[in-house]
Amino acid sequence: MTSTTATAPAPVAKRAQDAAGRPARGVRRKWTEHGLVFVAPFFLVYAMFLVWPLISGLGMSLTSENITGSGGEFIGLDNYAEAVRDPDVWSSLWNTVWFTVLSTVPLVVVGLGLALLAHQLSVVQWLWRLSWFAPFLLPSGVVCLLFLNMILPSDFGLADQMLSAVGLTPEIGWLTDERYAMLSIVATTLWWTVGFNFLLYLAALQAIPVHLYEAAELDGAGAGKRLLHITLPLLARTTVLVVVLQVLASLKIFDQVYIMTGGGPDESTRPILQYVYQQGFTGYRIGYASAVSYIFFALILTVSLVQPLLSRRRAEEAAK
Amino acid sequence: MQPPLLSRRRALAGGAGVLAAAGALGSLTGCAAPATAAGPGQTLLRFWHLFGGGDGVTMQGMLDDFRTGHPDIALEASTLQWGAPYYTKLGMAGAGGRAPELAALHLARLAGFAPGRLLDPFDLDLLAEHGVREQDFPPDIWRRGQVGGKQYAVPLDTHPFVLYYQTEVCEKAGLMAGGRLKPISGADEFADALRAAKKATGQPGLVTETLGPDCITPWRLFSSFYAQTGGTVLSEDGKRLALDDAKALRVLEYLARLVEEGLMVRRVDYAGSIGVFNGGKTAFHLNGEWEITTFKTTGLPFSMTRIPALFGTAATQADCHAFVLPHQDDRGGAPNEAAHTLTAWMLQNSVAWAQGGHVPAYLPVLDDPAYLDLKPQSAYRAVIDDVALDEPAWFAGSASRMWIELGAVFSGVLTGSRSPREALNEARARLRTLLDTRNPLPGAAS
Repeated sequence: MTSTTATAPAPVAKRAQDAAGRPARGVRRKWTEHGLVFVAPFFLVYAMFLVWPLISGLGMSLTSENITGSGGEFIGLDNYAEAVRDPDVWSSLWNTVWFTVLSTVPLVVVGLGLALLAHQLSVVQWLWRLSWFAPFLLPSGVVCLLFLNMILPSDFGLADQMLSAVGLTPEIGWLTDERYAMLSIVATTLWWTVGFNFLLYLAALQAIPVHLYEAAELDGAGAGKRLLHITLPLLARTTVLVVVLQVLASLKIFDQVYIMTGGGPDESTRPILQYVYQQGFTGYRIGYASAVSYIFFALILTVSLVQPLLSRRRAEEAAK
Repeated sequence: MQPPLLSRRRALAGGAGVLAAAGALGSLTGCAAPATAAGPGQTLLRFWHLFGGGDGVTMQGMLDDFRTGHPDIALEASTLQWGAPYYTKLGMAGAGGRAPELAALHLARLAGFAPGRLLDPFDLDLLAEHGVREQDFPPDIWRRGQVGGKQYAVPLDTHPFVLYYQTEVCEKAGLMAGGRLKPISGADEFADALRAAKKATGQPGLVTETLGPDCITPWRLFSSFYAQTGGTVLSEDGKRLALDDAKALRVLEYLARLVEEGLMVRRVDYAGSIGVFNGGKTAFHLNGEWEITTFKTTGLPFSMTRIPALFGTAATQADCHAFVLPHQDDRGGAPNEAAHTLTAWMLQNSVAWAQGGHVPAYLPVLDDPAYLDLKPQSAYRAVIDDVALDEPAWFAGSASRMWIELGAVFSGVLTGSRSPREALNEARARLRTLLDTRNPLPGAAS
């Protein structure tokens, strides 16, 4: 959810003006001039699958609607009142936030590290790019089942096998032990999606003009100084973007948990979206589930609005 | 500096965010039952069920037999994923007016499935024509299919929680007599048996699912032993909390002690528990009887018996598979008759069904020599009079919210992350919440 989709007002057609800039009256414009006709197909789909569900979901959250769409009554803000008092809402929201915190840092830092590495290694660069980006192309189900059945099982899984190869006999319940389950999901997500951030950083790196580095070198700046004073500052905008995108992506965690732990052990990895799913589809309470998702929606909206603000502030500072 | 791709990515990511947060719950459309034409002179009969694995194979075989004997009925069976997703789909099909003629349902879920609105009642005269009458069933189970004086569910079987035992390990531990497990009565005797087994093999004597996604076994464990104390979780009408703290604590503390003493495997998921018991070094496995096919296939030397009476009676947790008629606006005529025909046929042929471990609910089959020859399936048939089904509540029954939530709570007792006292308080709080929540799918009589 970003400003471009959420908060931008509908495009207002500019009023025709005469040469002096005064609004012209009675001038018939061609029907294509609005541009509206060209965006109509997109807008129709957008309205059908985004705007309408948004509105109808908000309506549903004020009712006791069930999954069969029959027998719901208007109950005002009761669902919201219940959700605020519901400890499961808070615990699953916390799990979502915790996952976001745990996953965002390595996903950004590792993505940057890999990009710097690939940027330096001019040899077989395509190979680095391919191998680090390839996992991102796999569907979530494939990745999760791979980790669930081949890498993380205790004893015979690849992770435990590697640990025992170096003389440890771990037998760690990667997904069944509360201490490790969330970390295992973070690790899976890191392997799966770090390629995207890596690619963004790589593109930004390649856009940094070479003459800056040459000038710095002439002034006797070493590699460390060049990284610190040229590369990182010039990547700042990309970093803001990557962090915000990553936070949004991480907040929406569902697939990995649903497939790998089902929210367990003891609901310690259950994210808010899974709770919405459970309330709505297992508990049949679509009205309540809608209310919980709107609370979550408010959170996502807030995070989305941070990014343009940050970008604008940076732009203003740069302009001074 | 940013290529345009990024801003589009951003828009896409943003859009996905809204969709995930809200759109997922927007306009939902029920899934239609596939409409295929029956041949000329044939009646189309659609049957939805949730039998996978060994049960699925058995069910397919039975349905094929039915087809052979009933050329005038075009039977179209759909196997759907067991559990919560099945009930979601069935409910939505009923609401969308595209329900199948016949479906399987867990009996304990009936109260939460809007009988009278999402389900139509059976025509008892029609069933009687096929030779199926009320007196052919255990009265308690038959009554559970009734709501407001109408019969909304006809039970096919009961599937209790049972005790599997590895015959060779038990022999070595001196727990066998005459090729069968010596009777065990009382909690201390059972713990002694586990100790003897552990001495014989060096492994914990008991394995059962203690954790995992939506793990239900911890609930079954608690539910079985708590029923033995004579306690009930809810009042008889399913409307009030009836949890007896002292009795529940006795059970939970006992289970916690078994794990602490190393008599029971502490951390193992469902598939893992099957694997451990299959490994042949564990004396006992507690699970539903439906895994019989698995162990028969692997050739493990094992047998099965009723859960011993550890806390009083020999009650055990169970649910029943039943037939229901999902609501159709124009139910009647030949398709409805075909649904009754299949129901009756299934009951009368449930010896085949019993191979999968389930105890037939249709009493005439229980005396059928073909059933009595099934070993060890017929060894625990007496359990049918002692099964503890959930009290009728909208949030109870197989794969229900109560099972999934309490399964997670009691899982903590087994894995050691919760003390019995904490688990009891947590269970109480959760049951209260469920009781305070209005039935989202009210039926005719609730």
